[in-house]
Amino acid sequence: MKQMTVVKQIIVRFGLLMALSLSLGSSWLHAQEPNSENPAPDQYAVSISAEVKVLFQELVAASLRDKSKILKQLDQHSGREMLPMFEAMLNGELYYQPDGLQLYQVKENASGNAVAYSVFGGELVDGLSIKKFKKVRVNNSLRKQLRNSIARIQLLYGEESERKAAAETMLSAMSDSAVALFQEAREKETVKEVQQLLDVGLAMNTVSTSVDSTERVAAIRALSSRLELPVKNLLMRLMDKNSDGEFKEADPLVRSAAESALKDIDGRIAYYGLLEKLFFGLSLGSVFLLAAIGLAITFGVMGVINMAHGEMIMLGAYTTYVVQLLMPNHLEWTILVAIPAAFLVSGSVGVLIERSVIRFLHGRPLETLLATFGISLILQQLVRTIFSPLNRQVSTPDWLSGSIELNPIFSLTYNRLSILIFSLIVFGLLMLVMKKTSLGLNVRAVSQNRDMARAMGIKTERVDSMTFGLGSGIAGVAGVALSQLTNVGPNLGQSYIIDSFMVVVFGGVGNLLGTLVGSFSLGVANKFLEPATGAVLANIIILVFIILFIQKRPKGLFPQKGRAAE
Amino acid sequence: MKLKKIAAGLALSIGASAFSYVAVAADTIKVGVLHSLSGTMAISETTLKDTVLMMVEEQNKKGGLLGKKLEAVVVDPASNWPLFAEKARELISKDQVDVIFGCWTSVSRKSVLPVIEELNGLLFYPVQYEGEESSKNVFYTGAAPNQQAIPAVDYLMNDLEVKRWVLAGTDYVYPRTTNKVLESYLKAKGVAPEDIMVNYTPFGHSDWQSIVSDIKKFGSAGKATAVVSTINGDANVPFYKELANQGVSSEDIPVVAFSVGEEELSGIDTKPLVGHLAAWNYFQSVESDANSAFIDGWHAYTKDDTRVTNDPMEATYIGFNMWTKAVEKAGTTDVDKVEQAMIGVTTPNLTGGTAVMNKNHHLSKPVLIGEIQDDGQFEVVWSTDGEVKGDAWSDFLEGSKDLIADWTAPILCGNYNTKTKTCSGQTY
Repeated sequence: MKQMTVVKQIIVRFGLLMALSLSLGSSWLHAQEPNSENPAPDQYAVSISAEVKVLFQELVAASLRDKSKILKQLDQHSGREMLPMFEAMLNGELYYQPDGLQLYQVKENASGNAVAYSVFGGELVDGLSIKKFKKVRVNNSLRKQLRNSIARIQLLYGEESERKAAAETMLSAMSDSAVALFQEAREKETVKEVQQLLDVGLAMNTVSTSVDSTERVAAIRALSSRLELPVKNLLMRLMDKNSDGEFKEADPLVRSAAESALKDIDGRIAYYGLLEKLFFGLSLGSVFLLAAIGLAITFGVMGVINMAHGEMIMLGAYTTYVVQLLMPNHLEWTILVAIPAAFLVSGSVGVLIERSVIRFLHGRPLETLLATFGISLILQQLVRTIFSPLNRQVSTPDWLSGSIELNPIFSLTYNRLSILIFSLIVFGLLMLVMKKTSLGLNVRAVSQNRDMARAMGIKTERVDSMTFGLGSGIAGVAGVALSQLTNVGPNLGQSYIIDSFMVVVFGGVGNLLGTLVGSFSLGVANKFLEPATGAVLANIIILVFIILFIQKRPKGLFPQKGRAAE
Repeated sequence: MKLKKIAAGLALSIGASAFSYVAVAADTIKVGVLHSLSGTMAISETTLKDTVLMMVEEQNKKGGLLGKKLEAVVVDPASNWPLFAEKARELISKDQVDVIFGCWTSVSRKSVLPVIEELNGLLFYPVQYEGEESSKNVFYTGAAPNQQAIPAVDYLMNDLEVKRWVLAGTDYVYPRTTNKVLESYLKAKGVAPEDIMVNYTPFGHSDWQSIVSDIKKFGSAGKATAVVSTINGDANVPFYKELANQGVSSEDIPVVAFSVGEEELSGIDTKPLVGHLAAWNYFQSVESDANSAFIDGWHAYTKDDTRVTNDPMEATYIGFNMWTKAVEKAGTTDVDKVEQAMIGVTTPNLTGGTAVMNKNHHLSKPVLIGEIQDDGQFEVVWSTDGEVKGDAWSDFLEGSKDLIADWTAPILCGNYNTKTKTCSGQTY
């Protein structure tokens, strides 16, 4: 008996579920009917008029150009209830069934499968074959239109960050209807930051439409502390001359106010421009540092010219790719797993190379160079054979995409910022290992005087392979970071080997601190040169500078001192 | 660095020579395939080798050509430009091939040209290039600048009302020449010099921070701005990533690229690229019977349903079909006779139109502009009304304005000056 009731319950539940999902899927089409199974979490559906539904049907089948017109009509005939549809369409998640012309939002669920949701309300719709769905195509001009429509809705009803973004979007295209919206929003707005943005829009409107000179001057004064680009463009337009060389703006008071405001703004822009360049330079320097720091150990401390160093970086990047393949459901965190994995993979390959090749070539730099160069070719072709010559896709986790916007003209991209911090952490850890552990002590002893170290009972052979493994492992870790910046392909390493040697030689062979200072100063110098000379010439100038520098100081920035250096 | 490359090339060429095999049967028609299968260009060129092999296989299924079977001779020039010339010589003198399908970069073509002309070979070149060339022994089945760059700029100017232009490219001959053509075209259209920003970067450039920031500033002057990108290969992904990270969206500043196609998109995270544009003569997403048959054939041949097709593949397809038609028309594979028979040959292209081989050895092609979608495919947003004739010598460059190429009697010249009525005599 008990079993029977359970089965019954299951059947009833299943039936209910089916009915519920079916009704939700089409809820916006049947919205006028009272919907008893649906406890109506989705009030928007109720307000969708027959007229709008016809527009939906047209929208789905229309050409890209007609879609724009239909969207305009949708904008006029409806209000905030359209928001989920606009957003789905903007993100390319809006699909329709070819036979029913019904709209669905299709996106990935937690386990990575594409699943259909009802557009208004967002409930899961089961039992539909998504493969037959067609996507509602959008192009750039439609996206722009959608973004504006969404901004208009969010300005009044969005979250704080959404309201701010909406106000920013709308600033660049102020129209009469936008001004009215701004006024409405200003009355409601309670957050100071958004209030200020709205005031900027209203002040811009005063500047361009008011006839009262003092009012306009006051508005310009209020704008002079703002860095939003539309503000600057508006002020620049006030200073424009027509073809006869006369100012288009007749009022001299307004012009002089605009001039001083512009001067103010330009000063700030120049200041933030400088900060930005500095950040770019440090970020490039951090890439140099990551790429070179492993080499600073193998070449700088051990004296092995390792041409396969770039391929150790490449192996680290490929490890990231493999880790990503192994844990497809946790793409956000693969990077963190990849860091130790890459260290181990590249490190053990490094130990293998040292044991099998390099130790037999001790004290013969030219042979070592040729042998490691050969190894680098072998590793490249190996990767080409295993993974194909095509670049592999390493996805960037969301927490590494985008940027922190400190103000409208100065923002720091997350991936660069994280790599900058990461490189410093790696450097710090390596310094700790070298200064505070017995391995570090042994490495320093062997590099200073191999025979004496051996006489003191240090197993120099073992220290050699550990050191080489450490340097290679760190190159692998650099590969994880670089996989976020550049292509993961067989040639990845080659593009960094020159830079790495350059940094190590410049900083001073055998000195880790020199590598740090060298990489950051070369990075910053490169980025300050680049705007003036272009990227190609900037690289050349840096290389020429290093050649000259090495002539003057052959031992780099921080030469090793004392008898050990000989 | 150079030494390193040569050494790499030598090492690889030894391996590659195992690839080329000499025919046993005497009565086959030999088709040479000169595409890099290793080195940096392998990423793009391997696909074209497979395309030629597939076409050969299909032709043999149809009974071959002139009653003989076709036989492919594959060599690997290993992305090494001088090696291209050596391998071309090997194909013509040693293997005695009747036609060569090959080359990707302009520099490899320039390296092969003297050999092909000296030995009177026949080369089909399937990639879009900078123009300013027409050889008797080469048929150019990719786009000339007026079949890709100029229509793309027209689209941006007329449909998107772009007023400021960033011409960004990798620092080598194709971007430099294309940008020169575009710059003088834009100036002829009344664009002020301060509204054009030209930028070159090294091969494989990966630190785009300052350039993207400059583009952002350049594009924030209140006028619609677009980037015309001749950035090549690997450098594209970091470029688009940086654009996305710095918040430059395709709606604000669209990037139209001439070297980003389905194949390039298949290995990367397309999220940051969605909405940006590319101009080609073919997209996999174009719906036509010929195209779906071609895609099905490709999937069957590679035994992989996810393999994409792209523009240079279509150019190879057209070139191959034209060559078989011309051989049938001439009744022989003799280079001189086939060359004359080629002119005026028509064959259906994959986008529902017809490709014609013109007197200047360039094709007539439709121009399509597509927006990148998140699945790595393109949505066609604009196309020319019909086919555009390829122009070997640009009308917008000083020095090449008056030149035409015409390989029919009585001119028979690749660089005939219409003003002085002379042929400069230089054949390439």
